[in-house]
Amino acid sequence: MSTTVAIILAGAVLTYLTRVGGHIVLSRFERIHPRVEAGLNAVPAAVLATLVAPAAYHGGPAEIAALVVAGLVALGVSGMMTMFLAGAAVLILLRQLLG
Amino acid sequence: MSTYVHSETSLRSDFLDGMRAGVPVVVASAPFGILFGALAIDNGFTVFQTVLMSATIFAGASQMVGLDLFGQKVAPWLIVFSIFAVNFRHVLYSAAIGRRIRHWPTAKKVIAFFFLVDPQYAESERRIANGKDIGFGWYMGLGSLVYVFWILDSLVGAVFGQMISNTEMLGLDFLLPIYFLGLVMGFRNRPLFLPVVLASALGSVVAYQTVGSPWHVSIGALVGIAVAVLAPVKASVARRQ
Repeated sequence: MSTTVAIILAGAVLTYLTRVGGHIVLSRFERIHPRVEAGLNAVPAAVLATLVAPAAYHGGPAEIAALVVAGLVALGVSGMMTMFLAGAAVLILLRQLLG
Repeated sequence: MSTYVHSETSLRSDFLDGMRAGVPVVVASAPFGILFGALAIDNGFTVFQTVLMSATIFAGASQMVGLDLFGQKVAPWLIVFSIFAVNFRHVLYSAAIGRRIRHWPTAKKVIAFFFLVDPQYAESERRIANGKDIGFGWYMGLGSLVYVFWILDSLVGAVFGQMISNTEMLGLDFLLPIYFLGLVMGFRNRPLFLPVVLASALGSVVAYQTVGSPWHVSIGALVGIAVAVLAPVKASVARRQ
């Protein structure tokens, strides 16, 4: 087995452990404290924001405009696709114009 | 919701419902799957290794980080650890989704947790927020569609990747943040949404500038979650109503 395959498989095992581990640890507790519950409710937005913020921070005018437009569209439309396409369109257009 | 075993027809329709929910995910992740495939070849992976990575790790951001470090000839244990660090957020998804599928048989849970990627988690939470159950059929309809296309995208990228000449003009490098922003906005009706998101955003930018990637994900998320945990409990309950 090559080193690359070993790295991939080790990464896969650890990744699976993260996906099953949270549940295994949490299911040991009968009741969930309200603060823990509040924390768990905040997880998705908290994690996903960390994948957006540094990209926005390092982005130029085209990237920032794309995020602003996509964010505004998301306020009015419930589906993902419209906001995603609006953001992508602004990004590509501005990169062609500004680049 | 009834706890009776679903009939085969309703399992099939749940599965199809799940696949339907997966279509936008497939469309949005395709550019990254293809990009991953192309970059993998560029970093010295074989086509087999590229597909193996997508099929076993099945987590886009960590696969990109892994490739990047592999190209820099970093020590193997450090690459594995970085993949683990990027995916550590799945512990939180697992704890949150585990509450919803606690009644599933163990074998189904063992399978389901493998598919617990960001959009799988987000779509599951969205379905719950809309007052619906997440059953095994729906969950696997979503998960299997996203999984199969993720592998196919990597393969396509690996084989044809060299044909994409100007990825920047196509905006490929910045589609992921737009997609993640859409997922963030989907949670805007949750208690403490704004303080949590602002705290995470600030925490991740500061961590990115100081500690560096990939730690900004875990550090930023913990800052946001800390805000939710430390906020007065009553305020968050009142807002939920």
